[in-house]
Amino acid sequence: MTRFASAFAKGPALIAFITAGDGDTAANLDALVAGGADVIELGMPFTDPMADGPAIQAANLRSLAKGTTTGDIFAMAAAFRHRHPDVPLVLMGYANPMTARGADWFAAECAKAGVDGVICVDIPSEEDAELGPSLRAAGVDLIRLATPTTDPARLPAVLDGAGGFLYYVSVAGITGLQQAAQASIEEAVARLKAATDLPVAVGFGVRTPEQAAEIAKTADGVVVGSAFVDIIAAHGDGAAPHLEAFTRTLADAIHRAKEIAA
Amino acid sequence: MTDLPNSLRTGPDEQGHFGAFGGRYVAETLMPLILDLEREYRAAQVDNAFRAEFDDLLKNYVGRPSPLWLAQRLTDHLGGAKIYLKREDLNHTGAHKINNCIGQILLAKRMGKTRIIAETGAGQHGVATATVAALFGLPCTIFMGAVDVARQQPNVFRMKLLGAEVVAVESGAKTLKDAMNEALRHWVANVHDTFYIIGTVAGPHPYPELVRDFQSVIGDEAKAQILEAEGRLPDMLIAPVGGGSNAIGLFHPFLDDTGVEIVGVEAAGEGLDGKHAASLAGGRPGILHGNKTYLLQDEDGQITEAHSISAGLDYPGIGPEHSWLHDIGRVRYEPVTDAEALASFQKLTKLEGIIPALESAHAIAAAERIAPTLGKDKIIIVNCSGRGDKDIFTVADALGVKL
Ligand SMILES: Cc1ncc(COP(=O)(O)O)c(C=O)c1O
Repeated sequence: MTRFASAFAKGPALIAFITAGDGDTAANLDALVAGGADVIELGMPFTDPMADGPAIQAANLRSLAKGTTTGDIFAMAAAFRHRHPDVPLVLMGYANPMTARGADWFAAECAKAGVDGVICVDIPSEEDAELGPSLRAAGVDLIRLATPTTDPARLPAVLDGAGGFLYYVSVAGITGLQQAAQASIEEAVARLKAATDLPVAVGFGVRTPEQAAEIAKTADGVVVGSAFVDIIAAHGDGAAPHLEAFTRTLADAIHRAKEIAA
Repeated sequence: MTDLPNSLRTGPDEQGHFGAFGGRYVAETLMPLILDLEREYRAAQVDNAFRAEFDDLLKNYVGRPSPLWLAQRLTDHLGGAKIYLKREDLNHTGAHKINNCIGQILLAKRMGKTRIIAETGAGQHGVATATVAALFGLPCTIFMGAVDVARQQPNVFRMKLLGAEVVAVESGAKTLKDAMNEALRHWVANVHDTFYIIGTVAGPHPYPELVRDFQSVIGDEAKAQILEAEGRLPDMLIAPVGGGSNAIGLFHPFLDDTGVEIVGVEAAGEGLDGKHAASLAGGRPGILHGNKTYLLQDEDGQITEAHSISAGLDYPGIGPEHSWLHDIGRVRYEPVTDAEALASFQKLTKLEGIIPALESAHAIAAAERIAPTLGKDKIIIVNCSGRGDKDIFTVADALGVKL
């Protein structure tokens, strides 16, 4: 079984996002795992994070101001894999840093560092050739995004070549701001699950254990990002204990959701 | 005239690629809308009523055709090729930007969109967008980097007078690329009712194509005008390149005329060894703002900050069609520094009584360099893409004059 498959087999998963190089990344990643996160999403900082709201934009700039390089990020990933052999690790970011040295180079580095999957915000299925073939050849899953504007006619193209899990972006918007209506999420998750065998995770705008628990009743995973990034912004290099405590509240809510629903 | 099989004017392909460049590198949320826009543009292209309304607005609102002016005193001063100026500075709102805005607001109307957004650097595109939004009675929000808001106050006030909301963008480097990021963020969250009027031949397909088509009126007119004045095609075209919309507008109708040499001018800022905005001379291919093109970037693919004295050229990328024309060698791109542009700004003003935009002054500077090396029987058309009233504060500052 792949790391993704075993992580999602246990019931609804907490997928925790932080930006690489923002604060003490190794300590923060360990805190997320200790608090009960099932999948880790590590953001690759970019100068121009077009799909991100103010919180993650600022995290990108903090990381770049400290001089974080792509090489540093792969070193963080490899060290994480060494410390946590079983926790799935996803790199999330933008096309230009991912393709700057060629897609084959990037895919090979991912495989070497033990990265399980990649989410690229600005490569839609139409431009799959840019990155998808290299990742698949290297055995790294390309995780695709579906959104409220992804109509049934587009969905098959979005799913073609997708791996790991399907990430449902629950609001038409940027990270960290709005939250979607629960009814619209339930409807969308049902529609997506009918179209794919991949686990379906829901993200964008999820900040509280209550919201996360609601979503976990229907979805296979809940992605939380800006709320973690806010904690790092507030506590800097000392964020780890705060992250761990907050992760635990989210993870407990999510892991309990199925039992309550059942 | 139909395009020849080997025409350079048939791009982009169905996926929006010009050779290896262009494409649609956008978030999934925007993808359906981009496809929608393309469908609607294809329908508009074959709709005579759309074309008639566009032409009518260009004639009666913008004031087209813009003159092709023989710059005799500049020509005599340089002692070489005859220099004609395509007077886009005489358009309503003072630059070529309005041509594209007229076309896009007609598309917005056709698609039933009720709000307009745009990014702006110098404020020229912002003013042109606010102008057409006022004309069509649509609410309009302009995103502008906070640094540019500070250095282009007159245009900020113009936009507000025209009824636009101006959002000062505080993220990133606070200039044009950040304004575009913010406009894209806003668009993602408001796709249902909002039309994004992109100001240059960049962004995801079909923007580079449709902006080019709307700007090609420049080259179509120039061709007819030079044939009437001289009875033949010019030997050379020169235009400044920021994103590249005025340049491609002049160049495109001449791409298949192999006897016409074509020169695009990039902003070399402090010089190619220092801070500059010359993405072809100093960058390499990458992906930003929805397309693949030459970008100023570091080894890791982080975008580096551009610099030019001209806010309209202060962008770390270039339209994808220019990247392609550069790679196949059909267009030659030359750098011009801040200092050279400043000198040409003053020279054209004194010799011809025309105050050019600093962007346009870059093209004049290239003409000054090239014209003396050509015979007096040669003809150059330079795109005077805008007027320089907006730049008098910047120029005064650079010359150490207090206003
Ligand atoms: C007068 C003028 N010329 C040129 C430009 C550069 O844009 P583009 O390369 O798209 O023509 C601008 C942009 O603001 C401008 O105002």
